[in-house]
Amino acid sequence: MTFQVPCPNCGPRPVEEFTTTGEVRERPVESPSRRDLSHYIYFRRNARGVQTEWWYHRFGCELWFLADRDTHDNRVLETRLPTSSRGEW
Amino acid sequence: MKDIFRKRRMWRAPTRLKDSYDAVVIGGGSHGLATAYYLAEHHGMTDVCVLEKSYIGSGASGRNTTIIRSNYRTPEGARFYKRSVELYEQLSQELDFNLMFSQIGHLTLAHSDRAMITMAERAEVNQLFGIESRLIYPDDVKDLCPEIDVSSDVTWPILGALYHEPGGIIRHDAVVWAYARAADRLGAEIHQNTEVTGIGVSNGRVTGVQTNRGSIECDTVVNCTAGWSTTLADMVSVDLPIWTSILQAFVTEPVKPFLDVVIVSSQMHVYLSQTDRGEFLIGAEVEPYSTYSNRGTLPFLESSARHVLELFPQLSGCKVLRQWTGICDMSPDYSPIMGMTEVEGFLVDCGWGTYGFKAAPIVGVTLAELVATRKTPDLIEPFKLERFYADRPVSELAAAAVSH
Repeated sequence: MTFQVPCPNCGPRPVEEFTTTGEVRERPVESPSRRDLSHYIYFRRNARGVQTEWWYHRFGCELWFLADRDTHDNRVLETRLPTSSRGEW
Repeated sequence: MKDIFRKRRMWRAPTRLKDSYDAVVIGGGSHGLATAYYLAEHHGMTDVCVLEKSYIGSGASGRNTTIIRSNYRTPEGARFYKRSVELYEQLSQELDFNLMFSQIGHLTLAHSDRAMITMAERAEVNQLFGIESRLIYPDDVKDLCPEIDVSSDVTWPILGALYHEPGGIIRHDAVVWAYARAADRLGAEIHQNTEVTGIGVSNGRVTGVQTNRGSIECDTVVNCTAGWSTTLADMVSVDLPIWTSILQAFVTEPVKPFLDVVIVSSQMHVYLSQTDRGEFLIGAEVEPYSTYSNRGTLPFLESSARHVLELFPQLSGCKVLRQWTGICDMSPDYSPIMGMTEVEGFLVDCGWGTYGFKAAPIVGVTLAELVATRKTPDLIEPFKLERFYADRPVSELAAAAVSH
């Protein structure tokens, strides 16, 4: 067993059922400079600790959701649906 | 005769750090130690220390699958790694240490038409730079490796392969030890169990390094910490386009020698070779999520073993001896990130992902030149950090990643 990810729909499932697109990044403002846009596209905080990530239940209910995961030990602390009010879109 | 019983240290173990050094290299792996060696050997800079938080070679340098090759896809990559292989060929002589570099040849299998096209492209680029590399077909694969299953009634039949003759395997610990001994003899200091806790910056320039064993003044710091690159860069607020993940590998029990070529299959996500001891050394790809946790996983072992058995069914009774992980600093374009940053004196050598070990000698040569002359050598000009701000990646995905 690697670790489990609690899907908001399906509950704890093996990580192999999911894909992730990595940490949530703050999107640049409208018409960003090339530098700002490149920073958004390529650069990562790559935290050694808890970070918020996008996860997708690919071999399951096909839900996109957010997960707070500790990259130090892979523990998933919390998963939730994204809300635009939290600036996570 | 009595000399062979005399205990000798291969490098000194300095008891205290000096107050200042001309340059500080963080990370005692093959890259950091090679840099220290070439700084002394090529540029006469001996007031250098290498700081290693554990023991030297404890990271990726001692965990990789020891494969050396230069059959890359991009011109920038091919000429860079070609120089590295040439340096490796001379390295045992130069460092007076038997590195057991066996240039047994390297086969990258193609299981689809698309893969055959990619292999043909790589062969063309390689030949332009004088790298021995060519496309071969299943009969040739069978000639080179009689034990491999080239039949057509399998999940992924072998349609051909990219054959790279100078590729091979090496004794990776010896590379670390040889560079350490050579750097130490020329005057560089190697400090093990010395963890960097902070890097001093004033007016945009590096002023020193804080460690768990005291502080050092210096104006040049080279970050050779692979998977931990981001944690060091955070100390000086330099952003990096790096995500950290683990790469896994395992070895089987030793068996009678029957494989004398390196086999890679990107379709199956495996690469394997038979070591001089007879063990099958099998590696794979990074986990698809970022992690700093050095914990191996069972799904990796299952899928890699299954794929290896498709190529070599005769290994089905073979036991797995051990499995391990290494922490990798993945860059967006699968090319390294080397050179200066916006903080003067803070140099990075990161983004080495899953292909850093094979570049150690040329990294040492070029980084040493950069530190000593403050000019970026031509070979690493395309690998500057600045390329990501300019949106000009050097995409090595086709030849560097197992997954594509």
